[in-house]
Amino acid sequence: MKIPSHASRSIVTRNAVSVGLATGLYGISFGALAVTSGFNFFQTQILSLGLFSGASQFAVVGIIGAGGGSIAAIATSSLLGLRNGFYALSLANLLKLKGYKKVLGAQITIDESTAMAVANNNDEDLGRWAFWATGISVFVFWNIATAIGAFGAQFVTDPKSLGLDAAVAAAFLALLWPRLSNLKIRTVALIAGVLAFSLTPFVQPGIPVLASVLIAIIFGLREKK
Amino acid sequence: MESKWVVVIASSVIAFILKITGYIIPEKYLEKPTIKSITNYVPIVMLSALVIVQTFSQGQTLVFDARLLGLLIAFLLLLFRAPFIVVVIAAAFVSALFRYLFN
Repeated sequence: MKIPSHASRSIVTRNAVSVGLATGLYGISFGALAVTSGFNFFQTQILSLGLFSGASQFAVVGIIGAGGGSIAAIATSSLLGLRNGFYALSLANLLKLKGYKKVLGAQITIDESTAMAVANNNDEDLGRWAFWATGISVFVFWNIATAIGAFGAQFVTDPKSLGLDAAVAAAFLALLWPRLSNLKIRTVALIAGVLAFSLTPFVQPGIPVLASVLIAIIFGLREKK
Repeated sequence: MESKWVVVIASSVIAFILKITGYIIPEKYLEKPTIKSITNYVPIVMLSALVIVQTFSQGQTLVFDARLLGLLIAFLLLLFRAPFIVVVIAAAFVSALFRYLFN
């Protein structure tokens, strides 16, 4: 039985709102952690509006909060954001964006919107709808949540006593977790972790994370497909 | 304060350029499988390194403190499929409690 398009659209829209609400909860922790890492309210909000990619945002905040340099923070954020460019590349044919829609669409090209577009692209209209609905929903909820978290955290005087440094580590682990889908990926992640650990005493903060990209290059080059 | 603005703006601008480049350039230029598999590994290695650095480093010193306990709790909760916010709050709570009791 073929479901009428408007019915499928309302299902997709409902899913998009749920995804937005769920990521919004990360947004609260992002807002709070950014402010307790020394970013002011506006800087925190601009990270969510402009950078708008969870892993990159947590990386910027984590690296600067731990005393890393500006260049290391920018480079880490950008390397983590590289995948969004590849998402865009794979969505270009489906979305066929023109003019200002290209700009708006690019800004909301992230893990969630891409996954929802791909999951629904057996019907091209529905795939496009899923992309926009999810991207907009995540953008709106993520930014509202960031503001709430950032506002609440302004009253925190000693982030360490609240364990917020441990919360950042937990946030990175939770972001990594769903990607650890097979043994090979887990091994690669483990090697990268061991490398970062071993390098920490010898190089400036921020460099161990950048150096981990070498592991991605080594394993990526070895892969044949 | 100044340098934080630089980080905020530069990382935002670069992130947008990376996103829009994907819509501008023809797919054939970047469809090499090697580049794709490297890009797939990048978030994995970097997030893993970030977990380690955020847990053990204090500048260039490796330390084992309350953060490690928080991370272990996060790990256990993720094994039991706890949602993101629960994982983050539990890690904060456990390490805060540890510091309050033993510091």
